Amino acid sequence: MKAAQTTNEAVLIGRILAGETELFHELIRPYERLVYVTIFAILKNETEAEDGAQETMISAFRHLKSFRGDAKFSTWLVTIAMNEARKRLRKGKTAAEDSLDATVEDHEGGDYTPAVLTDWREIPLEALEKKELREKLRAAVANLPEKYREVFVLRDIEELNQEETAAALGINVTLVKVRLHRARIMLQKALVPYLKSEAPYVAEGKPARGGFFRRWFA
Amino acid sequence: MKLDCKHVWEHISGYLDRQLDAALLEAVEKHLENCEVCSAVLDSTRNVLVLTADDRTYELPVGYSERLHDRLRAAMRGETG
Repeated sequence: MKAAQTTNEAVLIGRILAGETELFHELIRPYERLVYVTIFAILKNETEAEDGAQETMISAFRHLKSFRGDAKFSTWLVTIAMNEARKRLRKGKTAAEDSLDATVEDHEGGDYTPAVLTDWREIPLEALEKKELREKLRAAVANLPEKYREVFVLRDIEELNQEETAAALGINVTLVKVRLHRARIMLQKALVPYLKSEAPYVAEGKPARGGFFRRWFA
Repeated sequence: MKLDCKHVWEHISGYLDRQLDAALLEAVEKHLENCEVCSAVLDSTRNVLVLTADDRTYELPVGYSERLHDRLRAAMRGETG
Protein backbone atom coordinates (compact mmCIF):
# COMPACT_ATOMS: atom_id res chain seq x y z
CA MET A 1 0.00 0.00 0.00
CA LYS A 2 2.84 2.35 0.89
CA ALA A 3 4.57 1.65 -2.39
CA ALA A 4 1.36 2.38 -4.28
CA GLN A 5 1.00 5.62 -2.37
CA THR A 6 4.54 6.67 -3.28
CA THR A 7 3.96 5.88 -6.95
CA ASN A 8 0.71 7.76 -6.90
CA GLU A 9 2.43 10.74 -5.31
CA ALA A 10 5.22 10.68 -7.88
CA VAL A 11 2.61 10.75 -10.63
CA LEU A 12 0.74 13.59 -8.96
CA ILE A 13 3.91 15.61 -8.48
CA GLY A 14 4.83 15.12 -12.12
CA ARG A 15 1.44 16.38 -13.25
CA ILE A 16 1.51 19.35 -10.88
CA LEU A 17 4.92 20.38 -12.17
CA ALA A 18 3.63 19.98 -15.72
CA GLY A 19 0.96 22.57 -14.98
CA GLU A 20 -1.98 20.83 -13.32
CA THR A 21 -1.49 22.87 -10.16
CA GLU A 22 -5.00 22.11 -8.85
CA LEU A 23 -3.76 18.59 -8.04
CA PHE A 24 -1.56 20.00 -5.30
CA HIS A 25 -4.64 20.10 -3.06
CA GLU A 26 -5.00 16.36 -3.50
CA LEU A 27 -1.30 15.73 -2.93
CA ILE A 28 -1.20 17.37 0.50
CA ARG A 29 -4.58 16.22 1.82
CA PRO A 30 -3.19 13.15 3.66
CA TYR A 31 -0.62 15.34 5.42
CA GLU A 32 -2.70 18.25 6.69
CA ARG A 33 -2.80 16.84 10.18
CA LEU A 34 0.88 15.90 10.19
CA VAL A 35 1.97 19.42 9.32
CA TYR A 36 -0.31 21.16 11.79
CA VAL A 37 0.48 18.90 14.74
CA THR A 38 4.21 19.09 14.10
CA ILE A 39 4.15 22.87 14.27
CA PHE A 40 1.63 23.03 17.10
CA ALA A 41 3.63 20.71 19.33
CA ILE A 42 6.65 22.95 18.87
CA LEU A 43 4.93 26.34 19.17
CA LYS A 44 2.13 25.54 21.64
CA ASN A 45 -0.12 28.10 19.97
CA GLU A 46 -3.10 27.28 17.73
CA THR A 47 -3.18 30.44 15.68
CA GLU A 48 0.56 30.41 15.05
CA ALA A 49 0.45 26.72 14.21
CA GLU A 50 -2.35 27.16 11.70
CA ASP A 51 -0.61 30.07 10.02
CA GLY A 52 2.63 28.11 10.03
CA ALA A 53 0.91 25.10 8.47
CA GLN A 54 -0.48 27.27 5.69
CA GLU A 55 2.95 28.82 5.06
CA THR A 56 4.47 25.34 4.99
CA MET A 57 2.07 24.14 2.30
CA ILE A 58 2.56 27.29 0.22
CA SER A 59 6.31 26.90 0.52
CA ALA A 60 6.05 23.23 -0.47
CA PHE A 61 4.10 24.24 -3.55
CA ARG A 62 6.66 26.87 -4.52
CA HIS A 63 9.59 24.52 -4.03
CA LEU A 64 8.01 21.35 -5.36
CA LYS A 65 10.51 21.35 -8.23
CA SER A 66 13.33 20.81 -5.75
CA PHE A 67 11.69 17.74 -4.19
CA ARG A 68 13.76 14.67 -4.96
CA GLY A 69 12.10 11.33 -5.34
CA ASP A 70 14.71 9.60 -3.17
CA ALA A 71 13.12 10.97 0.03
CA LYS A 72 9.53 10.43 1.01
CA PHE A 73 7.24 13.34 0.25
CA SER A 74 5.95 13.27 3.85
CA THR A 75 9.49 13.54 5.24
CA TRP A 76 10.25 16.43 2.92
CA LEU A 77 7.07 18.17 4.03
CA VAL A 78 7.87 17.63 7.71
CA THR A 79 11.31 19.13 7.19
CA ILE A 80 9.71 22.29 5.82
CA ALA A 81 7.19 22.32 8.68
CA MET A 82 9.95 21.89 11.23
CA ASN A 83 11.94 24.77 9.77
CA GLU A 84 8.84 26.95 9.77
CA ALA A 85 8.23 26.09 13.44
CA ARG A 86 11.84 26.83 14.38
CA LYS A 87 11.75 30.15 12.54
CA ARG A 88 8.63 31.20 14.40
CA LEU A 89 9.98 29.99 17.71
CA ARG A 90 13.10 32.16 17.33
CA LYS A 91 11.01 35.16 16.39
CA GLY A 92 8.59 34.92 19.28
CA LYS A 93 11.02 33.95 21.97
CA THR A 94 12.42 36.21 24.66
CA ALA A 95 16.13 36.20 25.43
CA ALA A 96 15.47 34.73 28.87
CA GLU A 97 13.68 31.72 27.42
CA ASP A 98 16.47 31.21 24.93
CA SER A 99 19.16 31.10 27.59
CA LEU A 100 17.04 28.75 29.68
CA ASP A 101 16.92 26.31 26.80
CA ALA A 102 20.63 26.69 26.23
CA THR A 103 21.50 25.72 29.80
CA VAL A 104 19.47 22.56 29.56
CA GLU A 105 20.84 21.72 26.15
CA ASP A 106 24.45 21.97 27.23
CA HIS A 107 24.03 19.09 29.63
CA GLU A 108 24.10 16.06 27.36
CA GLY A 109 25.09 14.03 30.38
CA GLY A 110 22.35 15.27 32.72
CA ASP A 111 20.17 13.21 34.99
CA TYR A 112 17.52 11.43 32.99
CA THR A 113 16.11 8.99 35.46
CA PRO A 114 12.43 8.14 35.55
CA ALA A 115 10.05 8.73 38.43
CA VAL A 116 10.04 5.69 40.66
CA LEU A 117 7.02 4.42 42.53
CA THR A 118 7.02 1.75 45.15
CA ASP A 119 3.28 1.30 45.56
CA TRP A 120 2.60 1.10 41.89
CA ARG A 121 -0.24 -0.79 40.27
CA GLU A 122 -0.60 -1.00 36.55
CA ILE A 123 -2.65 1.89 35.22
CA PRO A 124 -6.08 0.82 34.03
CA LEU A 125 -6.59 1.88 30.44
CA GLU A 126 -9.74 3.71 31.53
CA ALA A 127 -7.56 6.23 33.30
CA LEU A 128 -6.01 7.14 29.97
CA GLU A 129 -9.43 8.11 28.69
CA LYS A 130 -9.43 11.16 30.93
CA LYS A 131 -9.39 14.45 29.06
CA GLU A 132 -7.36 16.13 31.76
CA LEU A 133 -4.54 13.69 31.26
CA ARG A 134 -4.28 14.59 27.59
CA GLU A 135 -3.98 18.26 28.57
CA LYS A 136 -1.23 17.42 31.03
CA LEU A 137 0.61 15.52 28.35
CA ARG A 138 0.39 18.40 25.87
CA ALA A 139 1.74 20.75 28.52
CA ALA A 140 4.56 18.36 29.41
CA VAL A 141 5.54 17.97 25.74
CA ALA A 142 5.47 21.74 25.35
CA ASN A 143 7.84 22.07 28.30
CA LEU A 144 10.49 19.72 26.95
CA PRO A 145 13.71 21.41 25.86
CA GLU A 146 13.48 22.06 22.14
CA LYS A 147 15.89 19.41 20.87
CA TYR A 148 14.10 16.69 22.80
CA ARG A 149 10.69 17.99 21.84
CA GLU A 150 11.55 17.92 18.14
CA VAL A 151 12.60 14.29 18.22
CA PHE A 152 9.61 13.27 20.34
CA VAL A 153 7.19 15.04 18.01
CA LEU A 154 8.53 13.33 14.92
CA ARG A 155 9.00 9.86 16.40
CA ASP A 156 6.09 9.44 18.79
CA ILE A 157 3.48 11.90 17.58
CA GLU A 158 4.07 11.73 13.83
CA GLU A 159 5.41 8.18 13.99
CA LEU A 160 8.25 8.79 11.56
CA ASN A 161 10.92 6.11 11.76
CA GLN A 162 14.41 6.77 13.11
CA GLU A 163 15.98 7.35 9.74
CA GLU A 164 13.26 9.74 8.61
CA THR A 165 13.49 11.65 11.89
CA ALA A 166 17.26 11.89 11.59
CA ALA A 167 16.94 13.17 8.02
CA ALA A 168 14.25 15.71 8.88
CA LEU A 169 16.31 17.15 11.75
CA GLY A 170 19.73 16.82 10.15
CA ILE A 171 21.15 14.72 12.99
CA ASN A 172 22.32 11.12 13.15
CA VAL A 173 20.27 8.09 14.19
CA THR A 174 22.19 7.55 17.44
CA LEU A 175 21.32 11.06 18.56
CA VAL A 176 17.69 10.44 17.64
CA LYS A 177 17.66 7.40 19.93
CA VAL A 178 19.36 9.18 22.83
CA ARG A 179 17.10 12.22 22.64
CA LEU A 180 13.96 10.15 22.21
CA HIS A 181 14.82 8.10 25.27
CA ARG A 182 15.40 11.20 27.37
CA ALA A 183 12.24 12.87 26.11
CA ARG A 184 10.16 9.83 27.01
CA ILE A 185 11.71 9.59 30.47
CA MET A 186 11.14 13.31 31.11
CA LEU A 187 7.50 12.89 30.10
CA GLN A 188 7.12 9.82 32.29
CA LYS A 189 8.42 11.89 35.19
CA ALA A 190 6.03 14.72 34.45
CA LEU A 191 2.97 12.52 34.00
CA VAL A 192 3.39 9.97 36.77
CA PRO A 193 1.75 12.08 39.49
CA TYR A 194 -1.42 12.35 37.40
CA LEU A 195 -1.38 8.77 36.24
CA LYS A 196 -1.05 7.65 39.81
CA SER A 197 -3.75 9.73 41.45
CA GLU A 198 -6.18 9.04 38.62
CA ALA A 199 -5.75 5.35 38.81
CA PRO A 200 -7.56 3.04 41.18
CA TYR A 201 -6.36 -0.45 40.45
CA VAL A 202 -8.40 -2.37 37.89
CA ALA A 203 -7.11 -5.75 36.88
CA GLU A 204 -8.53 -6.12 33.40
CA GLY A 205 -8.62 -2.76 31.71
CA LYS A 206 -9.99 -3.08 28.22
CA PRO A 207 -9.16 -0.52 25.57
CA ALA A 208 -12.19 1.45 24.46
CA ARG A 209 -10.78 1.98 20.99
CA GLY A 210 -8.61 -0.42 19.06
CA GLY A 211 -6.36 1.69 16.90
CA PHE A 212 -3.95 3.61 19.04
CA PHE A 213 -3.32 0.86 21.52
CA ARG A 214 -2.09 -1.56 18.95
CA ARG A 215 1.35 -0.07 18.58
CA TRP A 216 2.27 -0.39 22.24
CA PHE A 217 0.32 -3.43 23.35
CA ALA A 218 0.93 -5.72 20.42
CA MET B 1 24.05 -10.80 32.11
CA LYS B 2 22.66 -9.31 35.31
CA LEU B 3 21.30 -5.76 35.32
CA ASP B 4 20.52 -3.38 38.14
CA CYS B 5 17.55 -0.98 38.01
CA LYS B 6 19.51 1.98 36.68
CA HIS B 7 20.73 -0.04 33.73
CA VAL B 8 17.23 -1.25 32.97
CA TRP B 9 15.97 2.35 32.89
CA GLU B 10 18.55 3.18 30.26
CA HIS B 11 16.98 0.60 27.99
CA ILE B 12 13.29 1.38 28.55
CA SER B 13 13.01 3.29 25.30
CA GLY B 14 14.88 0.67 23.30
CA TYR B 15 12.75 -2.02 24.90
CA LEU B 16 9.52 -0.28 23.90
CA ASP B 17 10.82 0.12 20.35
CA ARG B 18 11.89 -3.54 20.32
CA GLN B 19 15.45 -2.58 19.50
CA LEU B 20 17.39 -4.51 22.12
CA ASP B 21 19.59 -7.34 20.98
CA ALA B 22 18.70 -10.84 22.16
CA ALA B 23 21.05 -11.03 25.15
CA LEU B 24 20.11 -7.62 26.48
CA LEU B 25 16.42 -8.25 25.91
CA GLU B 26 16.60 -11.43 27.92
CA ALA B 27 18.41 -9.69 30.77
CA VAL B 28 15.91 -6.82 30.83
CA GLU B 29 12.93 -9.18 30.79
CA LYS B 30 14.39 -11.28 33.56
CA HIS B 31 14.87 -8.18 35.67
CA LEU B 32 11.36 -6.93 34.94
CA GLU B 33 9.85 -10.21 36.10
CA ASN B 34 11.26 -9.71 39.54
CA CYS B 35 11.27 -5.95 39.94
CA GLU B 36 8.06 -4.04 40.60
CA VAL B 37 9.80 -0.70 40.49
CA CYS B 38 11.09 -1.20 36.96
CA SER B 39 7.81 -2.73 35.81
CA ALA B 40 6.10 0.42 37.03
CA VAL B 41 8.56 2.61 35.16
CA LEU B 42 7.99 0.59 32.02
CA ASP B 43 4.19 0.65 32.35
CA SER B 44 4.02 4.35 32.99
CA THR B 45 6.35 5.17 30.11
CA ARG B 46 4.29 2.98 27.83
CA ASN B 47 1.17 4.76 29.02
CA VAL B 48 2.67 8.09 28.05
CA LEU B 49 3.16 6.75 24.54
CA VAL B 50 -0.34 5.32 24.35
CA LEU B 51 -1.67 8.70 25.33
CA THR B 52 0.56 10.43 22.79
CA ALA B 53 -0.68 8.22 19.97
CA ASP B 54 -4.30 9.03 20.81
CA ASP B 55 -5.69 11.26 18.06
CA ARG B 56 -7.62 13.21 20.67
CA THR B 57 -4.44 14.45 22.34
CA TYR B 58 -3.68 16.70 19.38
CA GLU B 59 -6.80 17.92 17.63
CA LEU B 60 -7.15 20.10 14.57
CA PRO B 61 -8.92 23.45 14.91
CA VAL B 62 -12.44 23.53 13.46
CA GLY B 63 -12.36 24.70 9.84
CA TYR B 64 -8.59 24.23 9.56
CA SER B 65 -8.71 22.27 6.32
CA GLU B 66 -11.05 24.71 4.54
CA ARG B 67 -8.93 27.70 5.51
CA LEU B 68 -5.77 25.91 4.44
CA HIS B 69 -7.05 25.11 0.97
CA ASP B 70 -8.55 28.58 0.55
CA ARG B 71 -5.24 30.20 1.35
CA LEU B 72 -3.39 27.80 -0.92
CA ARG B 73 -5.77 28.55 -3.74
CA ALA B 74 -5.23 32.27 -3.30
CA ALA B 75 -1.45 31.85 -3.21
CA MET B 76 -1.45 29.62 -6.29
CA ARG B 77 -3.65 32.07 -8.17
CA GLY B 78 -1.25 34.89 -7.37
CA GLU B 79 1.57 32.81 -8.74
CA THR B 80 0.10 31.73 -12.04
CA GLY B 81 -1.80 34.86 -12.98
